[in-house]
Amino acid sequence: MSDWEIASTARVLPPARPRKLAKVPFVELADGRLQGVVSSGSDIERVYVSSVAAGTYDFACSTNNNRPCGGARGTFCNHISALITEAVLQYGVGRVARYLRVDAEVVDAQAIYAFMMGERPSQADSAAAAQVFSRFLRHLAYVELPPTTSPVPELQWFPPTRAVV
Amino acid sequence: MRADLLADPVDGLDEALAAVIGVDQALAAGLVRPQAAQAAGLAVLADAFSASPLAGRVAEAAEKAAAGAAGEEHFLSLAAARIALFGSVHDALTARIEQATGHPRVEPGVVLPGGGQADSGGAPPIAGQTEPAASGPAPHTPQAENLVLAARSWLADVARAGWQGIDHELVAGAASVISALLPVPHLRRLAALLDGFAAELAASCPGSALERIPARRWGDLWSRALLLTLPGATDVPTSTVTGRLLPLGVDLHEHATAAQAQVHAVFEPADGTPFLVRASVSAPKPDTVIGAGIWQVLRPHMSLLAAVSEGRSMELTAMPITAEGDLLWRDEHAKPGEPADPFATARVVLPAASRPQTAPLDRHPARLAVPVFLEGYVAEQSPEDGLAFTLAGHRIAVDTDRVPAAGPLTPEAVAGSTACIGLVRWDAGTFRVQPLAVETTARKKTVALHAGAWAGGAVDKIGVKAEKAATDAATVLRERAGRLLRK
Repeated sequence: MSDWEIASTARVLPPARPRKLAKVPFVELADGRLQGVVSSGSDIERVYVSSVAAGTYDFACSTNNNRPCGGARGTFCNHISALITEAVLQYGVGRVARYLRVDAEVVDAQAIYAFMMGERPSQADSAAAAQVFSRFLRHLAYVELPPTTSPVPELQWFPPTRAVV
Repeated sequence: MRADLLADPVDGLDEALAAVIGVDQALAAGLVRPQAAQAAGLAVLADAFSASPLAGRVAEAAEKAAAGAAGEEHFLSLAAARIALFGSVHDALTARIEQATGHPRVEPGVVLPGGGQADSGGAPPIAGQTEPAASGPAPHTPQAENLVLAARSWLADVARAGWQGIDHELVAGAASVISALLPVPHLRRLAALLDGFAAELAASCPGSALERIPARRWGDLWSRALLLTLPGATDVPTSTVTGRLLPLGVDLHEHATAAQAQVHAVFEPADGTPFLVRASVSAPKPDTVIGAGIWQVLRPHMSLLAAVSEGRSMELTAMPITAEGDLLWRDEHAKPGEPADPFATARVVLPAASRPQTAPLDRHPARLAVPVFLEGYVAEQSPEDGLAFTLAGHRIAVDTDRVPAAGPLTPEAVAGSTACIGLVRWDAGTFRVQPLAVETTARKKTVALHAGAWAGGAVDKIGVKAEKAATDAATVLRERAGRLLRK
């Protein structure tokens, strides 16, 4: 067995990398999709809920009020493009490409975008939007959870890491 | 410190860990239809306990699990047995560290000096937004009890599936339980653990495609989470202390959605000998709050972080403390004291400081973090083994990976250092020193670099820039939360 397999503090997930949140406050690789939320440039109350499925690259984009995005007709809209760019910043290009199963010689967000578009993905229905939006709200709720000064010994298992896993 | 003692083998270690590996192999393949190899691994565990008070329960649990018929109570027994094994490993390693560092230990049952009486009623609530510490018996409401049972049932399902059998649907089952656990103060330990654990499992789905499995780690997290579902598992007796707190350094812990800063310090009671203490502050966080943003989240809730950055001591009056030396920090019981150089503390006060006993459930090697002061070493970087300090001819590995990125201390600075305040840790069979601070020489002057220098606020150029970026991210998240959350 390798040291990694017998280490209590084996690093499983690489650390997230910093990015600006103004345009895309939420992006994640989850539920078999690259998914997230893009703030509207014109209406502060509106956000777009966008997703691309791993493997098939089926995509969807709609507002939080469940109106379809005008840009996402037959092709990736600007919101999906922004989502890919920010995911690459947060997770690194390799992890995003692996998750989406993009096998091209990927070098950047643009290449991932181009590869997926080249596969002529179809537009998915907006069934995932409610789930993605509720995951976004769950994510935001972490801002408001109270801190504690009681020790949490369990967090000893979660050291920071400088290395890429 | 005697580095030679840390390199010597520890008696009985391999035997104890062999029984752990038995459980971990069973958990890897899952316990729905266990194979002969898994049954054999479980039998090794049962054998290890044959002469202990747990013998009957562990034997029954191993037998049921090997037959694919284990219920939650059997999984609890397996988890307890696994944790008990690590308790023995912890004790053997602690004895070795005490020999190497020369720290005396506070004898079991001795009330910590400082004037306070044991107080089972819990500490007074903290001012501001911070929740009261979970000391004293926790309230057991029916709702909290249901949450804990839901967590236990999910952990049992995970054990049945095994690490190789996890899929998105199974892992997603934890999300609603975690969301409900997080706001309950006395269930925060279980919540923070499950949250980090579930995120790793989710990123590793499907388990059938895993090329390698962090079996020791996931076995640890699984068994610990199960034990935390038992009533009273986190109840601790507390007392109070009055005296002077001399910080040594800050240790940071983080997963995507939680972070904890733990200040290691020497406490000088008004009436007694000094002893080692810790003060902790932790919070859940969105995964986009990282680096300097973590300090910003924690900073307002413990004035000690500012004192650490300013290089000050603090005067404590009737500060609550657990028997294992964890201060349950309340800002109103602390005021800033005189300047105190951590290296002076490490050189002069640390060697005589005693070490409180670890609480029974916390006896695990991953939890070992013993402050030490090292100097007169030669730092050597090798491509295979990484950085090591050679002390009187003996190498001790240096874990620079644990040094937080949001701070002025870098692996390069550690490699060029002449003195080091660190934590002795043990993992995967090896003792390592985690640097908290180092002294290096720049332009013929000695300069100190602290891993937690930015904890109370960064003043150097790079730090200020990092703080600015983190403030911007936090502002966006708060704005979005304010606008969208309460609809």
